[in-house]
Amino acid sequence: MNISLLIISIFLVLALYLGIKARKGKDMDMEQFAVGGRGFGTFFIFLLIAGEIYTTFTFLGGSGWAYSKGAAAYYVPAYIFLAYVLSYWLVPKIWRYSKRHSIISQPEYFASKYKSRSMGMIVAVLGSLALVPYIVIQLKGLGIIVSEASYGAISPVAASVIGAVVVTTYVMISGIHGSAWTAILKDFMILVVVIFLGIYIPFHYFGGIQPMFETVQAAKPEMLVLADHGLSQSWFVSTVLLNALGFYLLPQTFMVVLSSNGERTLRKNAIALPLYTLLLLFVFFIGYAAIMEIPGLQGADGDLSLLRLAIQTFDPWVIGFIGAAGLLTALVPASVMLMAASVGLTNSFFKVLVPSASETHQLIVSRLIIIGISIIALIVTVTGGEALAILNIMSYSLITQLAPALFCSLPKNNIINKYGAMTGILAGVLIVLYATIADVKVATFLPGIPQVINDISTGVIALLINILVTFIVSALTKHIAMQENEMNDLNKIS
Amino acid sequence: MNAIKLLLFVPFLGFLGLLPYANKIEPYILGMPFLLFWVAFWMVMASVILMIVYKFDPDNKGSDPE
Repeated sequence: MNISLLIISIFLVLALYLGIKARKGKDMDMEQFAVGGRGFGTFFIFLLIAGEIYTTFTFLGGSGWAYSKGAAAYYVPAYIFLAYVLSYWLVPKIWRYSKRHSIISQPEYFASKYKSRSMGMIVAVLGSLALVPYIVIQLKGLGIIVSEASYGAISPVAASVIGAVVVTTYVMISGIHGSAWTAILKDFMILVVVIFLGIYIPFHYFGGIQPMFETVQAAKPEMLVLADHGLSQSWFVSTVLLNALGFYLLPQTFMVVLSSNGERTLRKNAIALPLYTLLLLFVFFIGYAAIMEIPGLQGADGDLSLLRLAIQTFDPWVIGFIGAAGLLTALVPASVMLMAASVGLTNSFFKVLVPSASETHQLIVSRLIIIGISIIALIVTVTGGEALAILNIMSYSLITQLAPALFCSLPKNNIINKYGAMTGILAGVLIVLYATIADVKVATFLPGIPQVINDISTGVIALLINILVTFIVSALTKHIAMQENEMNDLNKIS
Repeated sequence: MNAIKLLLFVPFLGFLGLLPYANKIEPYILGMPFLLFWVAFWMVMASVILMIVYKFDPDNKGSDPE
């Protein structure tokens, strides 16, 4: 066993230990399991929401994008910090309503707002559909990191399996408490590693950050600005807006919001979080340094740029720490995603099918669902090829289809009804699915998958049609909805 | 929605609206090409604006509503 693998293993055991220990002193009921009894203060909420910034996708993909696409990569921190600005206004409203109605998952929120179980089921299925590819990306990233950082001693598949077992274990035992505790370790590690690499590498190779950019400017000036076509300014603006809108609709982010202990905690977090996205600048520095130092990584191999450059620069023990940080950036987000999918399905399906189920039963079922989703994600990780990139754009486009229903549900009097909301969502989803399948054919003519990942026009078009359908159907079914209300009123009277 | 929350639009309008003027390499600021600096600048501005909104937002006065 080499020294880097030893260090990675130590951190893996430490994560497992912290994750399991997190349960101590908690009587585990569904609310504790899913949203930590709504008791997380500013610190934990910060770490859990910030956990969404540093997933393996941003760690490897952020540097990989700067390496292969240049300035287009800036869209990642851009949509994240704008999502935080939006969150100041948006998430306290969601939290307040959920607290009042004891809601612990996203599907439940929609079911309650639209007084419709079918709505909850649609949202639960959509959320799980969107989450599985995300979990797969984390497991796949974990495999890449561990296998590179162990100098090939552990295969990517073996690493993915070990990671999946560890994360499933502590999520089942501790629920979201486990994620919160491992998030402390993860954020400390990633802060140290990213800042160190982002400063050391430019100074080591180029004598500073500006000299590094000047070297890139001399060789490839197009990497420092947005292109005239393709990944252009209009692409940038539309992608950033769509993703900023979708950010808090991702089931796992929604769930973290619910685990907050108050509205003010959420607002305070919104202030600090944009500053945290500054750290992604360091990830970009590494990507730009790699352009000059390790040229020639093609296509998806661009994601390896950070690790390859680190291996070229440092001794194995440093690589061990980088690998450990990378490992944690996969485990923490994956754990929250597993939780979110499992709690959503338990609440919206199992509870509807078996209304008499006790808390204990629900806990058992949600744990079984966690194992099930883990296994599915692992199978896709091992068997799936580059189709991942397509799944990724699909899941973001899919989840954003919930935006009209969410935003209309915020005011006291909702101008749309459940019929409009559901047909709108279905219309949007069908368009995304169709267009994604069509894109698969287009992708074969396009050089490199990343361009496909970021072609988000699908999501925007689907969203516009979704809004249109939502409003038209709501208007057409107005009288049905009104009759129903009258019926309800009559029922209440009688 | 109280008026102070309208400030939340500023990062969207400023950052994305002025993007065509910021899409250039020079001048370098803080060692970064101008476009990258523009992104970083608005991250900091977003925080500053949120701090101002938080301070003047009547929702944050008094005790946290239950």
